[in-house]
Amino acid sequence: MEDMSEYPLELSGDNVPMVRFMNVTKSYGELVVLDKLDLDIAAGEMVTVIGPSGSGKTTVLRMLMTLETINGGVICVDGQPLTHMPKGGVLVPADARHLRKIRASIGMCFQHFNLFPHMTALQNCMEGPVQVLGLSKQAARERSEELLDLVGMIDKKDQHPSRLSGGQQQRVAIARALAMRPKVMLFDEVTSALDPEVIGEVTNVIRKLVSEHNLTMLMVTHQMGFARDISDRICFFFGGRIEEQGPPDELFANPQRDRTRQFLSAVKEAV
Amino acid sequence: MSFNWRWDFTFEILPRLLWATLNTLMAAGVGYAIAVVLGLVLALAQRTGFRPLTQLAREFVEFIRSTPLVLQIFFVFYVGPQFGIRLSPWVSGMVAIGLHYSAYLSEVYRGGLESVPKGQWEACTALNMTSRQTYFRVIIPQALPPSLAGMGNYLVGILKDTPMLSVIGVAELMHTANAIGSESYRFLEPYTLVGIIFLAISLPTAGLIRLFEIWVRRKLGMR
Ligand SMILES: Nc1ncnc2c1ncn2[C@@H]1O[C@H](COP(=O)(O)OP(=O)(O)O)[C@@H](O)[C@H]1O
Ligand SMILES: [Mg+2]
Repeated sequence: MEDMSEYPLELSGDNVPMVRFMNVTKSYGELVVLDKLDLDIAAGEMVTVIGPSGSGKTTVLRMLMTLETINGGVICVDGQPLTHMPKGGVLVPADARHLRKIRASIGMCFQHFNLFPHMTALQNCMEGPVQVLGLSKQAARERSEELLDLVGMIDKKDQHPSRLSGGQQQRVAIARALAMRPKVMLFDEVTSALDPEVIGEVTNVIRKLVSEHNLTMLMVTHQMGFARDISDRICFFFGGRIEEQGPPDELFANPQRDRTRQFLSAVKEAV
Repeated sequence: MSFNWRWDFTFEILPRLLWATLNTLMAAGVGYAIAVVLGLVLALAQRTGFRPLTQLAREFVEFIRSTPLVLQIFFVFYVGPQFGIRLSPWVSGMVAIGLHYSAYLSEVYRGGLESVPKGQWEACTALNMTSRQTYFRVIIPQALPPSLAGMGNYLVGILKDTPMLSVIGVAELMHTANAIGSESYRFLEPYTLVGIIFLAISLPTAGLIRLFEIWVRRKLGMR
């Protein structure tokens, strides 16, 4: 068992990051997927995770969304522990109630959209605000229509997902996540399941979010040009560790590590 | 061997059989209503992750599915009183048939619930929904269409099993036909009519279920 007394009950001070991974370990049986990961994301920062398949990129996002439990370490969101809660002066694993409280700050978009097929685009966006946040139908509708407008989907608000293209579904999924007013948005390869000609309509929405909204974002993508354009920082993952990280211009133009160079040149050839 | 069908006798017994048909429909309907609700409880209990509950539900389903319905009917009616549960033949019959089919329906629901993709659960977590909201707003509505065909089969099944209730004296169709037979020594007409009546109910029911399934899918925006 890990000695939890090494971890603070909450983060305080001037520079509390929006997200902090402290010593986070994740394994599936024998397979260690993430090994003592330390990662800070500042409020308002846009961080992109790149790296070869199987390097643990998705796992990082899923742990933060509480879709996976962790085997060691602590994750904090906005200064509060997410995976744990204070009890009797130490951190103990979070219960369902604590998870719900802290998880409210986080939203996620998935590779395969995961829209609710039995609801229209508008209903998909209103579901969380009405059921979870307790907004009135009217208020939820206004908020959702505003966001569907932002992602350019207001014309299709009464369509079910089965009637929408992949790019359209992903834009609705982004609106649905934003309707919960998260502080942190997670994007896991949101363009990977899309036809090449519609990738732009989704990346443009994310560009708009970066320039017009003060969200903290953590994104996994294979669109290197896009990542370079909009990120404040790039983290290159390799074998469950951060092999190298830095501002996009430095990391792409002048990678320090062999593995980073190999990965970037392999990606360049593939394009 | 002579085959003689007597129309006058047929029309004489028809009202009595039609009256018994109402009883049959009532037994099947109430039994099915019990099964629909209890089956869902059993299916959800098996997914709670709370071991004792999961185990209990699983054992119950296995027990029901591996013993004959007629035994279960006798059990509720004759053994129930020993535990202080004294029920009329009618109520015993509907309870037994409801319990019996709840086990089968729980398996139908289980299949339906498992057919909902994992990503739907994850989307619910990402929207911070409670497990109650997740089930009732997202998972069950999607598990319903793929369950409807199985639910429909068991509705017809429960109807066809109502004659078993005659063993404890419930005056449903079969019981009435038997009574007519032993009073008049004529069996051809009552049993033939019973067959025709069952056919006349089962066939349209199956068709209606199919239409209902299409309607639900359309209503939920799924194809
Ligand atoms: N549920 C799971 N069970 C076992 N292994 C898993 C599971 N999910 C992911 N993995 C493994 O964890 C490693 C990292 O996966 P992932 O985070 O999805 O990588 P990436 O997104 O970088 O491609 C991979 O080796 C993968 O096979
Ligand atoms: Mg991945």
